[in-house]
Amino acid sequence: MSLAVVSKKKPDDAGIVLKIFFYLFMVAGALVSIFPFYWMFVIGTNDKTGAFHVPPLLTPGFEFFDNFQRVLERTDFFRALGNSVLVASAVTISVVFLCTLAGYAFAKYEFPLKKVLFVFVIATMLVPAQLGVLPLYVIMAKLHWIDSYKALIVPAMVNAFGIFWMRQYITSAVHSELIEAGRIDGGGHFRIFWNIAIPVVTPAMATLGILNFMNVWNDFFWPLVVLKNKEHYTIQLALQQLFTNKDGLDFGMIMSATFTATLPLLIVFLLFSKWIIAGLTSGAIKS
Amino acid sequence: MAEPATAVPVERVKSKKPFLNETRRSRITAYTFISPFFILFAIFGLYPIIFTIYLSFFKWDALGPMKYVGFKNYDLIIGDPTFWISFGNTLIMALMGTVPQLILALFVAVMLNSAMNRFKKSFRLLYFMPNITSIVAVTLVFSTMFGNNGMINWVINSLGFDSVAFNSSYWGVKIAISTMVMWRWMGYNAIIFLSGLQSIPTDIYEASRIDGANRSQQLIYITLPLLRPFILFVTLISTIGALQLFTEPYVFLGQGGTGATRQEGVTMVTYLYNEAFSNGFFGTAAASAVMLLIATIFFSVLNMVISNRLGGDTGGKQA
Repeated sequence: MSLAVVSKKKPDDAGIVLKIFFYLFMVAGALVSIFPFYWMFVIGTNDKTGAFHVPPLLTPGFEFFDNFQRVLERTDFFRALGNSVLVASAVTISVVFLCTLAGYAFAKYEFPLKKVLFVFVIATMLVPAQLGVLPLYVIMAKLHWIDSYKALIVPAMVNAFGIFWMRQYITSAVHSELIEAGRIDGGGHFRIFWNIAIPVVTPAMATLGILNFMNVWNDFFWPLVVLKNKEHYTIQLALQQLFTNKDGLDFGMIMSATFTATLPLLIVFLLFSKWIIAGLTSGAIKS
Repeated sequence: MAEPATAVPVERVKSKKPFLNETRRSRITAYTFISPFFILFAIFGLYPIIFTIYLSFFKWDALGPMKYVGFKNYDLIIGDPTFWISFGNTLIMALMGTVPQLILALFVAVMLNSAMNRFKKSFRLLYFMPNITSIVAVTLVFSTMFGNNGMINWVINSLGFDSVAFNSSYWGVKIAISTMVMWRWMGYNAIIFLSGLQSIPTDIYEASRIDGANRSQQLIYITLPLLRPFILFVTLISTIGALQLFTEPYVFLGQGGTGATRQEGVTMVTYLYNEAFSNGFFGTAAASAVMLLIATIFFSVLNMVISNRLGGDTGGKQA
């Protein structure tokens, strides 16, 4: 950490020693960031005892399919994966549409109480959802949505972060003249939104979609509360189930499943990282 | 749908003009566009929290009739040592996981932003990567590392120290869980700080350099003050998140089924979850949720007051 301070004190033409320290620190941090991913793979491809090998194993083995076979014996892994894809896709489509719509209204319309309502939306971001979990559970029970994906999808269909995110982007990306022009041409409100605003803001929508998909994919607490039947488990619950099995912890098996469940997200992230990170860096600036 | 919000049309437009003039039409459109959020939030966000407060005064198992018991639920949890342990654990882990994390994130952000860094994009990508992993996956991976004979203990032994029981000792569990939190969030917060750094106009730096400021002066007098809104935001979000800690301890200690409420790692939310969904005491669970709500508000306000005091000279809103 002190390296950073030193490096900042120097004028622009930093010495070679400083540069070496700078990169050593950066690389060490990067290694810490990616090592657990590699470790998942190493342990997932070695046999049961791989996790406790002395000295620690650092090279992949050949036991992946054996390990994964044991995953399939204990849990319907691919079904859980499918369930997660289903839920996350449904939520994401809805979130992207409804948040863009609301963000557009906050960015480009004038209406009474606009400021107050927007501040309210922002404020709800600070309210932890877990606090209301008990009545929420009761609501779901009343609606007979316990153990149903509706309980996962409906409450998540629109969120404050998405509205905030889209508003920030739309404010700068969609020029009011374009909307005016659309009005003069006699376009309806929704039509202008759909034909003029949406095409301009697709990058922000895509980013929101990916971020939201990941959030839903990774959610654990609420599915744990409402899903009862193992057949309905999402991937996170299925993973956790593997860990609760009592007969000795088979980390080879657990890591092969964890790796398989993480890989799709990793690929999506690497493919779209530009959008995700560029989006994050440009989006959080205002406010 | 838009009706409740439309309210108060400032003036009634006189005859002739159609009721739906352009202004009014566009207002109704706007309210319609934003209404899904408010409707869903009212049902699934606001109402449950208000009802939680109501519920905390009743004895209830979620099935039978509710019975009003006044403050008895609060008496029960205040008299329950496990509740206070969960409260203490939550605060300790919030401190351990958040404070070093944010300081580190700030340094990483400054370094990512440094002109010296030729590989900004690659590093940004790598540092952000942990955040895409699910908390369950993070916990499982770190469980293999923090096992009694796991890699971390091997490192500790090779350095000549005794093994730490990361999955059962008081501090061991907390260190393991805080590490998981830090690993997943440090890079994310660094990227948020980075976007803050990039929002500072470069001409301020140029002007200050002409005035003879060196880099550390720039850091203290320009970067940090201008970054204050971001620091406030990140700290606030991290604090609130830290108080809701659940998945890491639940999965990490839950191997045997009921381990999640073991004293080394029980948090306020695991306590709440356990009261409601294992024991069927919805009343006391609601009371503990209310306590958590109060704690969350308290620490959020404290957070804002402290950061306002620390940087009060920047004159409020910046970005």
